Order: sequence, then structure tokens, then C-alpha cells
Amino acid sequence: MRWSDALALAVRALSAHRRRTLLSLLGVSIGVAAVLVMTTLAAGARRYVADQFRTIGADVIAVVPGRVETSGTIPGVGSAPNDLTIADARALVRGVDCIARGTPLLIGNEALECGGRRRDVLVLGTSAEMLQLRGMRVATGRFLPESGWERGSAVIVLGSKLPPELFPGEDPLGRTVRLGGWRLRVIGTLAPRGTHLGVDLDECALIPVATAQAIFDTRTLFRVMLELRPGVRARAALDPIRAVLRERHGGEEDFTLITQDAILRSLDKILDMLSLALTAIASVSLVVAGFGVANVMLVAVSERTREIGLCKALGATDADVLAQFLLEASLLCLWGGLLGVGIGWSATAALSAAYPVLAAEPAPWAVGAALAVSLGTGIVAGTMPARRAMRLEPVTALAGRRT
Amino acid sequence: MIELVGIRRSYALGGETIHALDGIDERIESGEHVAVMGPSGSGKSTLLNVIGCLDRPTAGSYRLDGREVAGLSDAELARIRRREIGHVFQAFHLVPRMSALENVELGMLFDSIPPRQRRERALAALASVGMGPRAGHRPGELSGGERQRAAIARAVVTRPRVLLADEPTGNLDQTSGRAVLELLDGLHAAGFTVVIVTHDPGVARRAQRVLLMRNGRIVRRMPASELRTLDEALAGAAP
Repeated sequence: MRWSDALALAVRALSAHRRRTLLSLLGVSIGVAAVLVMTTLAAGARRYVADQFRTIGADVIAVVPGRVETSGTIPGVGSAPNDLTIADARALVRGVDCIARGTPLLIGNEALECGGRRRDVLVLGTSAEMLQLRGMRVATGRFLPESGWERGSAVIVLGSKLPPELFPGEDPLGRTVRLGGWRLRVIGTLAPRGTHLGVDLDECALIPVATAQAIFDTRTLFRVMLELRPGVRARAALDPIRAVLRERHGGEEDFTLITQDAILRSLDKILDMLSLALTAIASVSLVVAGFGVANVMLVAVSERTREIGLCKALGATDADVLAQFLLEASLLCLWGGLLGVGIGWSATAALSAAYPVLAAEPAPWAVGAALAVSLGTGIVAGTMPARRAMRLEPVTALAGRRT
Repeated sequence: MIELVGIRRSYALGGETIHALDGIDERIESGEHVAVMGPSGSGKSTLLNVIGCLDRPTAGSYRLDGREVAGLSDAELARIRRREIGHVFQAFHLVPRMSALENVELGMLFDSIPPRQRRERALAALASVGMGPRAGHRPGELSGGERQRAAIARAVVTRPRVLLADEPTGNLDQTSGRAVLELLDGLHAAGFTVVIVTHDPGVARRAQRVLLMRNGRIVRRMPASELRTLDEALAGAAP
């Protein structure tokens, strides 16, 4: 039989039971749409998170106190026998040739008060180098002073969202604020910078690192950020940094070096697993839809037993009958797949509009894979009913019996 | 030419073996018109199914135009059904979702005949049975007689040599039945070998020869003109 004729017969057979076809088709389309939306969302999440970490910069290395092996996660303050100190940071900047600049970083939460107004802010204790290192821009006034890191001063630079809240309609420069009982003078405000790694830099307050150590009563740093000289690869700088710090920490490697590449690699693994899990969950609905199609095809074989007998009496071969029912199941699933791609596309467009940070379009490979999987579902689901149809004897089938 | 030698067809039914055909020896010449009669369960339809390659004999030899059919593969049997044999059934067996024209075309689909040629042949076949104006109607919109005429058009459209009809007038009123029988007579006159299974002596008398069956055997062969009633004919048959 010609393929075009077989296709036309399959379309006619499916069209004859529109409601049943539509319901089966919807089952498949929902499964395909779910897979498509999940993979697209996972891709959007992956891109968002990767972009966030990419802003660290390929030429930046973060030194964190503690070992990854100790806690199993990126270590934090207080997880190492030796503190990571301002002196360590200074030694790295001075002692490792390939480092262009560096800055110590201490982070804490504290209440910021001014003229009866009060709000909690994230406080970054750092130095003047942070401005260049993180690509910040000063909106008014100036950034932190370039005096020695060990010397604190009672000054503060405010993120872009803070002045309107604390000094509505007023110029904050030169005004005094209270931070954890300390009186600090506002010397500058920052231009909007946005969110970075989940931290809204526009809501942060920056103070000299030594001042932050005094306010939070700690010697250790949250991390040291090091920027490499142009052309130096992060991997090449790791050993010299380790050597300097090990020597300062009595031979112990109680710190962790984090590079963008390493983070992205770890992240990739996590996001791969996440994507796989989401796709697997969504695929369950496609499997259920496959059972639905198999059931519909079994009903079709049962209902059309006499027709199968007739076709055989008119000269259809077993292969013709097998191909016919496989084609119907495949067509059913392919239509469902196409509808599912449409639904999935619309759903991801709606989600992208609602959550622009996760905005993503279904990848061409995902659309192709969705259609291929739906076609595969049709073939798998249709095989058993089609084989049952093929095996019918002409005489018994004409009599409406299956055995 | 159809040659049957020692044809048996047995079924296992509930632990018992049923001999639907129990040693059939028969020879039907090309262009012959033969009626098969017998009481219910005598094996008439089974014989027709074996001749039509819809069923395989359990034992014996079946030669169609000199070619042994009994040992052919399923695909080869399908080819014979497609090209050499036309079937007309009591229950018409038209596909309800297809028009009369599409039903007539159905058999040609399996022979990969191009669409235009298929359509021309189907329209000509329908016209030849007086169904041209009803070609676009579905079976549900046709009378019983019209359905059977469409089914006859479907049986002859592939130009087979043998036409097998199983109770072709069984579901029809007298007028429609007569029209169908006249069609079959015409096909026989046109050179088809026609084998009809019937209960009706009136139908059988239109044939040249009648085969009387009982308990899976042909118990009497007689000229159709000598047939009066089935009971009387069987009374004169061998035990």
C-alpha cells in the first residue's frame, strides 16, 4: 500500500471518532507541554544562575576561610582554625605577582538609623578597591577612602535605594547615621547596580573593613576578593596564592579558593540533575498519555475487527494492517506532540512575561526531542494493538471475533 | 479452474474436534456458475472461505488455475485475494465511515494502484451496477440492495477471475435480491467464475450446477435445472 494512501486512511479513521481522538491527543499534548515547560524553565533557571555567577568575573578569585571538605559546602566565617585576616589579604596582594588588586570583605546585617528612621541593611566591610573590582559606580560624593585597610574610619557609602528611604527629599552627603551604635558620616551614594548572587547591592551599606570588624567584633573576613592581572588564567594563580596563605597559616590549608569556572562546573552538575529530575517528573504524564493511546488503539482494534477482516479479504497483507494501526497511533501522538509544543510555547511565553528573570524560549532541540518522543510514544503504544490487529485471521475477524 | 482434492478443515472447540470440511473433492471449471447448498452447519461457508483463501484447509490440495494454494505464505494468499478472487458477503461489509466510492476503492489501495486510476475504475464499477449516482453516499444512506450492489462493485473492480458470494441475497427483500442476482448472472455471462452459497433454491436454480453439502461433505452434484427443494434434493443424496 502507498504511504500516502495509508496516511489518508489513518486520518479518516481518527477523524471518525473526533472526541476520542481529541481526548487522547490532549493527554499526549499535556505530557509534551509539561516536558517542554519543565526543560525550558530549567534552562531559564540555569541561565539566570550561571549569569549571576558569571558576574564574579573570569579573572576574579575568592579566598574563603575553611575547607570545602570540612563542611561539604562553601565554607563560611568561623569554620577554620586560622582566621582569614586583613593581613592575609594584604600579603596576597603584595606577595603574588599575578594579582592586580584585591579587597577584603566582611559581611553582616545591622540596623541603620537616621533621624528617627531605621531599617536593616546588609553591611559590606571592604576597601576602595571594591569599586573597580565589582564594577560599581559612585552617584554622589566619593567611595571609601584609600587609606590603609587596617585603619578604620567612621564613614559610610549608601546603596542607591537607601538615601530616598532614610533622607527623603534631602541630600544625604555629610549627614550622620547610626550603625550598630556607631556614628558614621555619609560620604557617598552608589549608582543602581542591581542584584548580584541574590544580594541587592542597591540596599547595601559599605564601610571600611576595619570599621566593620569593630562593629561586628570579629577579626576574620568573610572572604578576600582578588583580581588577576590581564592575561593571567585563574588556574595559574591558584598555587602561588595557596603557597602564601599556607605559609601564613603554619602550613595548614584551612581556606578555599573559588573561581568562576569551578563554581560554574559545580553549578552545572546541580542544574543538570535538576533538569533531569524535572524532565523525569514531567515525562510521567507522557507515559500515562502513552497508556491512554494504547488503550484507545486497543478499543479501535476491537471495534474495527470486521473492518480488519474485510481489508484482509480484499488483499491487505499483515504488514499493511500493522502499518495502518501503527500509523494511526503515531499520528495521534504526533498531533498531540504538535499541540503540546504549541501549549508549551504559550505557557513558557506566559511564564517568561510573568517572571522575566527566568525568561527562556523552548530550545529547538527540546521541540525536536518532544516531537520525537511523542512519535516514539505512538509507535510504542501502537505496537501491541497493531500486532493484535495483524494477527487476526480474515475469517474470524469478518465474523467479528478475535479468536 | 478450481481443483479441490481431499480438503479437510477441522477446528478444536471445547476439547472436541469439529470437522467443518471432511474430504472435499471438487473441480469447478473457469467461467462456471455453481451454487452450494446445504443445511446450516453443513460446511458451505467454510468451503467458500477455503476457495477464497480466507481460511486454510487442515489437509488436502487446493489448486487455483493449476497453482497449489494450500501451502502459500500469508503474503502470497493476500496477493491472490487481491487480484484473483472477489468476495460478496451476506452482511455487505462496507466500511461505514467511507462513501460507496471509497469502499469500492478500498481493495485497490492494497494493490498500490494510483489514485486517479483507482477512482476511474471505481466509478466505472459503480456505474456498471447502477450505483453511479449514489457513489458519494455512505452505507448508512443506502438501502440494503444498494449496499449489496456497492459490495459487488467492490468485488469486481479488481477484475478477479473468481467471484464468491456467500448468501448475497440473505439480507435483502425480494426485489433487491432479484436485482443483485441479475447482476451476478450478468457477471457470469461476462466470463466470471461464480460460486454462490445459498439456502434459497430459487437462487441456486440460476446457477449451472448445484453442490449439495451435508456434514462437511459434498453429498450430491446436480444440474441446477433439476433442483426443486433442498430437502428433496438431499433425500436423493448419498447417505
